[in-house]
Amino acid sequence: MSLLIAALVLFILLRLLPGDPANALLGVGATPDQIAAARAQLGSDQPLATQFVQYINNLARFDLGVSFVSRASVLAEIGNRMAVTLPLTIFGFLLALVIATPLGIIAAVRANTWYGWTISVVSQLGIAIPVFWLGILLVTLFAINLRWLPSGGFPLRGWDRTGEAAIAMILPVLTVALVIAASLLRYVRATTLDVLGSDYLRTARALGSGFTEALLRHGLRNGAVPVISILGIELASTFLGAVVIERVFTLPGMGSMLLLAIQQRDYPNVQGVLIVSTLLVLLIGFAADLLQRLIDPRLRDRVRGTA
Amino acid sequence: MTALDTPATRQTRRLAPTLSIGILLVGLHIFVALLTLVWTPYDPTAMAGGRLEAPSWLHWAGTDRLGRDFFTQIMLGSRIALIVGTGAVAIGAVIGVTLGILSAFATRWLDDALAATLDILIAFPTLLIAMLVVAASDNASLFSAILAIGIALSAIVARLTRILAKRILLLDYITAARTSGTSWLGIVFGHILPNIWPTLSVNFALQFGLAVIAEASLSYLGLGAPPPNASWGRLLQEAQGTVFTAPIGAIAPGIALLLLVIGINMLADGLRDIADPTRSSDR
Repeated sequence: MSLLIAALVLFILLRLLPGDPANALLGVGATPDQIAAARAQLGSDQPLATQFVQYINNLARFDLGVSFVSRASVLAEIGNRMAVTLPLTIFGFLLALVIATPLGIIAAVRANTWYGWTISVVSQLGIAIPVFWLGILLVTLFAINLRWLPSGGFPLRGWDRTGEAAIAMILPVLTVALVIAASLLRYVRATTLDVLGSDYLRTARALGSGFTEALLRHGLRNGAVPVISILGIELASTFLGAVVIERVFTLPGMGSMLLLAIQQRDYPNVQGVLIVSTLLVLLIGFAADLLQRLIDPRLRDRVRGTA
Repeated sequence: MTALDTPATRQTRRLAPTLSIGILLVGLHIFVALLTLVWTPYDPTAMAGGRLEAPSWLHWAGTDRLGRDFFTQIMLGSRIALIVGTGAVAIGAVIGVTLGILSAFATRWLDDALAATLDILIAFPTLLIAMLVVAASDNASLFSAILAIGIALSAIVARLTRILAKRILLLDYITAARTSGTSWLGIVFGHILPNIWPTLSVNFALQFGLAVIAEASLSYLGLGAPPPNASWGRLLQEAQGTVFTAPIGAIAPGIALLLLVIGINMLADGLRDIADPTRSSDR
């Protein structure tokens, strides 16, 4: 259902794009006959309803069509690009978790000390910083001043050159991780503060368990539930935020594919990237939901949806 | 404000630092933006010195690759950021609040469909939606950037409004107003909007920050306001190419942007503590 709505929204949005794809395809010098022929071939002379049925039909068969510009299969192109974007997203996200979880808990437990306070201030900074600027700053520091890492680019032969590819990914992954970590940290901290003030933690302490033990055993499990739904959203936006990161580091991923496709009015590519992204975003949301139910039995028989 | 003797006052005084730093930072940008209307240190389009000069007393942030004073460009960037922020939040607020209220009043299936659509739209970052809207307009202009960001923000506003309005609709005094024959428009303007306004306005402040970042990102990607407009994002994008020789260009506009966004966020935090004294300022 959600996917169908998403498909409909995308369809409408894409038809709103001005500039006839046939014109974009043929260039300025095309004769009216050629344009008509191109339209017939693309199906853009059909009524919208027919186009929509055709489009849903193709989607159901995972046929995303071919690029207007390169004539390559959109799905195959996305597959190639995923080899960059998926590792970027996954490692960036994991690194963010590793950074944010302990720091967030410390910032809450030691809220009144100078380092608890420092962590909070730094995370405030991290939320206000645009991801592309952080990328530029890291490039300036690590690639230009220290000369430790390349400033961008990706080996043409991709992961065949594993070492080079991995080195090319270090700065982009770090950039993603720092930005996500900053906003995750706030949630971890807020949730931990809630947990610290909770009755069950006090009860556990009264029953004789140590502070750290009580926090890890009861706090972590309770606190994880609200954080997981945030994690789902953050993971999705990490993936989608790759557009900007890939531009900063000139990586050949889904983001740069989308940007190029928008500039070239290459609708099948724009559409393909968006559909695959939507599918992933919905899947992540679904997985986060399942995970929450797994951790918290109280959610299992509650009906979703009111707020 | 005559509320000086309410319990909220103590809260306000205690939390004053957040609010006052916020006001200071945002005020600084407003001041600079207004100042550029009547005076800038140098003519923004003229060569004021050599190319890519390092910062000096004459050029506080050096010069760009065409020899223009960079500090002047950054000052002009304040103007663009504030215009886009205000415009986008205004558009997002009008569309979002209207949709949210309609959804709260709508029949069950329409409300469900709207809620599902909004959930999907919100899962996408503001920037991606804005990119699509920009792509849908013929050529990039300042207005298309404002419109694009405004539309992207409206989904967030609509969802928040819907949830808040639904909560109010369940209350007894709404039932009372309904039974006494108040029209639904009367209920919206007399009861719902005044009640959800404090929460909404804090949210608008946060969205302003989002809009400023989104504008910079759009400009960085080459989809924002075209060249005569000195957007921080475009300055950063241009400076990235010359970062080896003039690193200041890749740093200074970002600092200006950071100060504005932090100022807005602190302002929003301060406002929220006033609007809702029961909630702690910790989050």
